[in-house]
Amino acid sequence: MLGRTASGLFWMFRQLERSENTARLVEAGMRMALTRAASGENEWASVVTTAGAGDAYRETHDGYDADRVIDFLLRDKRNPSSVLNLFEAARNNARMVRTALTREVWENVNEGWLILKDALARPVPSSHLPDVLSLIRRRSALVRGSWNGTALRNDIYCFARLGTRIERADNTARILDVKYYVLLPSTSNVGSSLDNVQWESILRSASAARSFNWLFGGETTPMKIAEFLTLNAQMPRSLRFCTSDYVRALDTLCELYGERSDSRLLAHALNEDLAGQTIEAVFKTGLHEFLGGFIMRNNALSLQIENDYRFNA
Amino acid sequence: MFFDEMLDENGEAREPYTAYCDWLKDMDSTALRRKAREADAFFRRTGITFNVYSDAKADERLIPFDQIPRIISAREWAKLTKGIEQRVQALNAFLHDIYHDQDIIRAGKVPQSLIARNAALLPKMFGVEPPGGVYTHIVGVDLVRTGKDEFFVLEDNARTPSGVSYMLENRETMLNMFPELFSGIRVEAVSDYPLKLRRSLSASAPPACDGRPVIGVLTPGLHNSAYYEHAFLAEQMGAELVEGHDLRVADGRVAMRTTQGYTPIDVLYRRVDDDYLDPLNFKPESMLGVPGIFDVYRAGGITIANAPGTGIADDKALYSYMPDIVEFYTGKTAILQNVPTWRCADADSLSHVLDNLADLVVKEVHGSGGYGMLVGPAASKKEIAAFREKLKANPEGYIAQPTLALSTVPVLAKSGLAPRHVDLRPFVLVSPDGIDITPGGLTRVAMKEGSLVVNSSQGGGTKDTWVLED
Repeated sequence: MLGRTASGLFWMFRQLERSENTARLVEAGMRMALTRAASGENEWASVVTTAGAGDAYRETHDGYDADRVIDFLLRDKRNPSSVLNLFEAARNNARMVRTALTREVWENVNEGWLILKDALARPVPSSHLPDVLSLIRRRSALVRGSWNGTALRNDIYCFARLGTRIERADNTARILDVKYYVLLPSTSNVGSSLDNVQWESILRSASAARSFNWLFGGETTPMKIAEFLTLNAQMPRSLRFCTSDYVRALDTLCELYGERSDSRLLAHALNEDLAGQTIEAVFKTGLHEFLGGFIMRNNALSLQIENDYRFNA
Repeated sequence: MFFDEMLDENGEAREPYTAYCDWLKDMDSTALRRKAREADAFFRRTGITFNVYSDAKADERLIPFDQIPRIISAREWAKLTKGIEQRVQALNAFLHDIYHDQDIIRAGKVPQSLIARNAALLPKMFGVEPPGGVYTHIVGVDLVRTGKDEFFVLEDNARTPSGVSYMLENRETMLNMFPELFSGIRVEAVSDYPLKLRRSLSASAPPACDGRPVIGVLTPGLHNSAYYEHAFLAEQMGAELVEGHDLRVADGRVAMRTTQGYTPIDVLYRRVDDDYLDPLNFKPESMLGVPGIFDVYRAGGITIANAPGTGIADDKALYSYMPDIVEFYTGKTAILQNVPTWRCADADSLSHVLDNLADLVVKEVHGSGGYGMLVGPAASKKEIAAFREKLKANPEGYIAQPTLALSTVPVLAKSGLAPRHVDLRPFVLVSPDGIDITPGGLTRVAMKEGSLVVNSSQGGGTKDTWVLED
């Protein structure tokens, strides 16, 4: 496989994953705003930060009112991480790696882009927002579904999976990191209804509210939520779930290619560190520090993969 | 009066169309229109678009597709294939001769000045032996029809003919929309073209190739107007779709950067023009090519399809010599007719052309894309007068042809079936094992009433082309 093709696949799946996560963040933000309008500005500010669009947003806006934030995150051409830009970039990458995709996957990406381009051609009125957000997630799910149903499990599959998982782990870590103070036992609001709403928002941002409640019943504590999204090996958006997938994908690549790679070593180390962690120890060293460390190592792994597999000349 | 391929003077279906017209008369027009919308949606979803740069923002457009097929009988096609095969054979023999002994010039059949001063000539190809002796692996021969048995070659495309993906997707679309038609009417399949292309390219592998040839399709990239086709062909052939920056020369081979390091490519189906192929040997500023690829080619390290320098064979100045060229290399009279062409360099021809400017099409020998051209019947008196002076000042720079009465095939227009002018581009594969012509080809159709311009850049559309089985 061409190094450029591996790169295109990796980024295409990162971009699709990120667009879906942005839609989720907006959804959680909307929910927050509906629940308590009072400090809406803060909430939307943290949504922008979590979406990784803080700098781009501040360059063009001051103040965080819902309409402008939502418009910026969903369809602003000036925001490289807007859903529209991400989907378009993913579609361009799909065109570039067309030979590595099945026809079904390509058609789903292309059709998804056509439909979203149309749905996001004008500012989305708030009455349509839920529909548009669900459309974004459905379109991304269609691509992933047809991919899982039709892709050969070879190196092509590994690069796509690595892209999806690396982006997802990064997003989950950022969701937690932006809100980490809410989960700290020392905050004054502990046990207040404000906290409950914040916690629920964190879980919603990762589409994890339902499974969390299912697993833990009424036992909603900051530590449990943090553990669920970081160390739980069954939760598909947790850091640990993603790192164990890195290991599988990179093991498979090394086996297919009959060679060792530095990225495989990094992935193993990262995964083992998470496996050996307890949430108590994480809180002791500091959740923020833990997440910051993870985001750095996750980035380093991404760069090492680009390097090991010759993404660039 | 124009020759309509579907209906005769009495409005009766001509022989190849009888079964189709029987089917058509039972179809209601609402259903057909719904099918047209379905086809549009299908093309959009599959992304069969071409890029246009008419405004600042690059835009992707669909080429209009018309669902009424263009139908050719087995007998007509048999005759055409013989003529095409002969012509393509002659093109390859001519190219070999021009880049080696130049017998045809010595025999006085083609003037030396026409070759020596031609911009399409690639002197670096002198004495180079292309792998398998093939120059034009893929040829598109543009044909027009003016009557029942009157076909003319409008031009040869010996560089990088495009459009074959439309031929294939048009058929796929028709099969999806009207499966019942194909169970009733036996139409020659076209779907094995990618496989044949792969075989044909493999058979032309260079001496350096050991084992199963590795094939790459070289594209200028995403923004090229034919990118869809490049990706489509690579995907269908199971070849790598490469760009110049994926490739480099190493150890006497051209190698592509894979996830596991550099791997040699044996055959490169390039969709990049000669000039841009190799910044070391040709245009130094080219970002699309591979530095040093031409040296590897000359040493037998890679097959480039089509070979560099084939443009000399489809040059406008040479077109009028094609009947002589065909006869010189095949020993037989050309089966396919050329459009009669007056070379204005010749004094008798010039006076004829000057007397008949209002009825003729006059083209610049080295022009392309319709620039510097006079279409007599459509020009004003003033334009004709101005052109007359240009022509007199530089007669050898021009050729002239009659305005052809292109045949028509109906399209489904708003008002119902309406005749529109068509041409035909059959696709020809050449390998050391022989010549293969895919039955049919790409029918281009002028969607505007009365228009003779079928180019997609001018709003032309396409039709599925059927060759009936015997």
